[in-house]
Amino acid sequence: MPVREEAGLKVWQRRERGRQLAIWAGWLIGVTIFLYCFQLISDKTIWFFVLDAGTQAGDLGSRMFPPQWSYVDQLWVPLWDTLNIATIGTAIAIVIAVPVAFLAARNTTPSVLFLRPIALFIIVASRSINSLIWALLLVAIVGPGEFAGIIAIGFRSIGFVAKLLYEAIEEIDPAQVEAVTATGAAKPQVLAYGIFPQIAPAFAGISVFRWDINIRESTILGLVGAGGIGIQLNASVMELAWSKVSVILIAILLTVVVSEWVSARIRHAII
Amino acid sequence: MASAPRVSGGASLAGRRWRPPPLIKRRWLRWTLGLGVALYLAAAFGTIEVNWSRVYDGLPRGQAFLAAFFPPDFTSRWEEILEGINESLWMTVASTVVGIAISVPVGLGAARNIAPAPVYYFCRSIIAVSRSFQEVLLAIFFVKLFGFGPFAGFVTLSFATIGFFAKLLAEDIEDMDPTQAEAVRATGAGWFQWLNYAVQPQVLPRFIGLSLYRFDINFRESAVVGIVGGGGIGATLNTAFERYEFDSAAAILLVIIAIVMAIEYLSGYVRKWVQ
Repeated sequence: MPVREEAGLKVWQRRERGRQLAIWAGWLIGVTIFLYCFQLISDKTIWFFVLDAGTQAGDLGSRMFPPQWSYVDQLWVPLWDTLNIATIGTAIAIVIAVPVAFLAARNTTPSVLFLRPIALFIIVASRSINSLIWALLLVAIVGPGEFAGIIAIGFRSIGFVAKLLYEAIEEIDPAQVEAVTATGAAKPQVLAYGIFPQIAPAFAGISVFRWDINIRESTILGLVGAGGIGIQLNASVMELAWSKVSVILIAILLTVVVSEWVSARIRHAII
Repeated sequence: MASAPRVSGGASLAGRRWRPPPLIKRRWLRWTLGLGVALYLAAAFGTIEVNWSRVYDGLPRGQAFLAAFFPPDFTSRWEEILEGINESLWMTVASTVVGIAISVPVGLGAARNIAPAPVYYFCRSIIAVSRSFQEVLLAIFFVKLFGFGPFAGFVTLSFATIGFFAKLLAEDIEDMDPTQAEAVRATGAGWFQWLNYAVQPQVLPRFIGLSLYRFDINFRESAVVGIVGGGGIGATLNTAFERYEFDSAAAILLVIIAIVMAIEYLSGYVRKWVQ
C-alpha cells in the first residue's frame, strides 16, 4: 500500500509518488495540447461574430417562430423521397455487404492472404468516408437527384453492415458447422444451414439499425443536391425563409423519432 | 432398414422433403409483410426519377475520378490539404475535450441510480435534443450564429459529443456494481469522494474507450461540417469537387482514410491496454 510518513505518522495515499507524477505529467501534456489546439482555432475565428451570437440567436428565433405550417403540404413528397433513399440505399448495401462480410471473416474467407485484405480495405474505405462526401462525389458524377443519394447511402452502409456482420460470423459456434459438414453438405449448403441460421438475428438487427441511421443521414443529403428533404432545407436556408426552416426541422425530428421507434420495435421483436 | 422420418400423428410421409423452419412463424404475418414489402418497393421505384442520360453522361467523369486515384495528386494543392487536415485535427481535439467535459455532469445526471428524478429528466432531454439532429444540421445553424470557420465546427462537434457520450456514460453508471458504492458510502465518504472512489474506478475503462471512439467519430464528422462552412478538410474537399479537380480530391480522400485508419488502430491498441 502506498504510504508516506509525515512527522512519524503514516498517511495513506492513493498512489505511489512516481505513478502520481506520471499521471500529472499526462494531464499536463493533455491540457497543453488542448490549449494549443484551441489557440489555433481561436486565431482563425473572428470573435466579433462569436460575441454577437446571442443577438443573432434571438433574431433567428424570432424569425423561425411562428412556423409557416402551410408549408407542410409541400414536404410530403420530399419526405417520401427521403424514406426511399434510406430504405433502398440500405437494401443495396446489404446485398453487397453480405459477400464482403463472408470474404472478410477469418473462418469463411476462401483466401486469408489475398481476398481478406481486399474485403477489409473495402470496409475501411466505405466506413471512413461520410455519406455526405459520397453524395458530393456522386452528384458530380451521376448528376443531382435521388439516384446519387441512394448510391451514397449504399456505399457508406456497406462498410458498416459488413464490419458488424463479419464480426458476428467470426463468433459463430464451429460445432454446428462441423455437424452440417459431417452430413456431407456442400459448401453452399454449409453456408445456408450451418452458418446462416446462427447469424440471422444479428444480421436482421444490424440491417434495421443501419436503416435507422440512414433515415437520419438521408435527411441532409439534399444539401449537396442528392435528393430528399435536404433540398427544401437548403433552399429555405438560402432564401432566408426561416419560418419554413422551422417546419422542415420539425418534420425531420418527427421522422427521426418515428424511425427510431420502428427500429427499436423490430429489434425487440427479433432478439 | 431406413427409418421413415417421424412426424406428428405417426403418419409416414415418404417423398415430402424436409424444409427449414421459416423465419417468421405466423403464416398471415409472413404473407402480409411480404406483400407490404413488394407494394412498397413498387411504389418507391415508381416515384424515383432517374435521369439515365445524365447518368450515362457522367460515366466518363466517374472513370476520370477512378483514374485520378492512379496516381492521386498530392502536390499541387498540398498546402490547402495540409491546412484543412490541421484544422480538422484541432477541431477534433478541442471538441472532444470540451464535449466530454460537459458530458460528464450531464451523464451523471442522466444515470437513474444516482440522480433524483427532476435532474434525470432534465439531463435525458439534453441528450435527446443533441442526438436527434445530425451534425450537419447543427453546423448550418452554428455557422449562422458564429460565422464561417473552425469555431462553428468546434461548437457543432462538442454539442454532438454530448448526446453520444453522456448517454453511453449514463448507461455504464447504471450498470455499475452497487455494493462497491455502498461500501465507500459506509465509510462516511462525502458525495464527491463517493464519486471519485466508488463510481469513477468502475466506469474508467469504458470511459477511456468511449473517449477514443468519440475522437474517431469527431474526426470523421469534422470532414463533413466543412461542406456547410464549418472549417476543416471538408471545405478543401468541397472546393476540389467543385473545380472537378478529381486528382486532388482523391488525394484528400486517401489522406482522410489513412488518418481514420491510424486513429482506429491506435485507439484499438489503447483500449486493449486499458482493459
